[in-house]
Amino acid sequence: MDIKVLGTGCANCKNTIALIDQVAKAKGVTVKLEKVEELRDIMGYGVMSTPGVVINGKVVHAGGVPSRDKIEQWLAAGA
Amino acid sequence: MHKFCVALRLLAPLFVFTGMNSITTPLKTWPLRQPLAFLILAVIVWLALYEALTPASEALVAALPVDRTSHLGGALQFFFYDTPKVLMLLTGVVFVMGMINSYFTPERTRALLAGRTEGVANVMAASLGIVTPFCSCSAVPLFIGFVQAGVPLGVTFSFLISAPMVNEVALTLLFGMFGWKVALLYLGLGLSVAIVSGWVIGRLKMEAYLEDWVRDMPRTAAQFEETGMTLADRMQGGFAAVREIVGKVWPYILGGIALGALIHGYVPEDFMASFMGKEAWWSVPLAVLIGVPMYTNAAGVIPIVQALLAKGAALGTVLAFMMSVIALSLPEMIILRKVLKVRLIATFVGVVATGILLVGYVFNAVL
Repeated sequence: MDIKVLGTGCANCKNTIALIDQVAKAKGVTVKLEKVEELRDIMGYGVMSTPGVVINGKVVHAGGVPSRDKIEQWLAAGA
Repeated sequence: MHKFCVALRLLAPLFVFTGMNSITTPLKTWPLRQPLAFLILAVIVWLALYEALTPASEALVAALPVDRTSHLGGALQFFFYDTPKVLMLLTGVVFVMGMINSYFTPERTRALLAGRTEGVANVMAASLGIVTPFCSCSAVPLFIGFVQAGVPLGVTFSFLISAPMVNEVALTLLFGMFGWKVALLYLGLGLSVAIVSGWVIGRLKMEAYLEDWVRDMPRTAAQFEETGMTLADRMQGGFAAVREIVGKVWPYILGGIALGALIHGYVPEDFMASFMGKEAWWSVPLAVLIGVPMYTNAAGVIPIVQALLAKGAALGTVLAFMMSVIALSLPEMIILRKVLKVRLIATFVGVVATGILLVGYVFNAVL
């Protein structure tokens, strides 16, 4: 599973990455977690609020730290 | 108490129905399965608790070995009354705003603003800035997203000015600690600064001063599809907002009220009037100037506001200070530098600072 977290580096963006990593480990799902900080690249995905989450090329979340439930759903759908 | 009992009797049938269907499901998720019932119940409980605050705070002070009429007694009662009051107000308002925010997403706001003529659009943008969720790190993606969809530059600025400045936390805290008139004033003045500043910047036709790569970005369509959120989904948004905002801001509130309580009880009046009172014409520009490099969130600036007001600073000066701290911040300018050329940033700061200045003066003159 290819997961990208879009964000310019504020606390929410860091928390999102940490949370996804944590949930993935807890569920035993291997993910390729990447941080996208360049504005140009972030805009390429068309998100207007960060943090944004892109899974396998598709934007699944934008704005605020996603809830644990949501992350678990994404991991379950992809695995 | 009477209102509470009456309400319970009216709601009893609803409880029986819920109980029969959910004997085995966990208690925790019932608000999401019966959103309307939860909301009605929440309002009633909230109102009942609110009414109980004054008697409860008095009772608490009476139980302590302190003379109620002393400085300490007065300060304590203030603290015991104001802390839960402000926290309750904030929780309620943030929850409702969280639900409203789930409706006014940046995408919807953008669709509402794209291609409209300036003037009306500035008013709409400033108003939408209040109800659209905004985190300062999203300022840039949001700015670009608006520009790409054809929202005029001045309109985008109206939004960018009002969104961080006129937010529900600032308004609720002002209301809870200084009364509805001050809150309403801040709302009105904040919107005016946002509308006029944005309009002025639009008239200046400074599109050339956007960074080149922003102007070269492909146009996107502003249409937007309904995501079909249910009431329960929006409630979850409300809960998340409360956890995030109240969870982050409560230490500031406690600190602010404690400071207010101390001032209330101990510091002499008119301490600050000498250099922040109405007579000193330079107090407003000074306040705005001090505010620009400072940045704290809306909750953090309230203790300062409280101290200034209590000690004789003029209300216009203090509001000007508060606005300039929140609306103009060095961190935000640094982030905006990625998308705006220096001249446009300078214009932005200049126009907004002037607007806030005028607001401060007018207000001091009128009151």
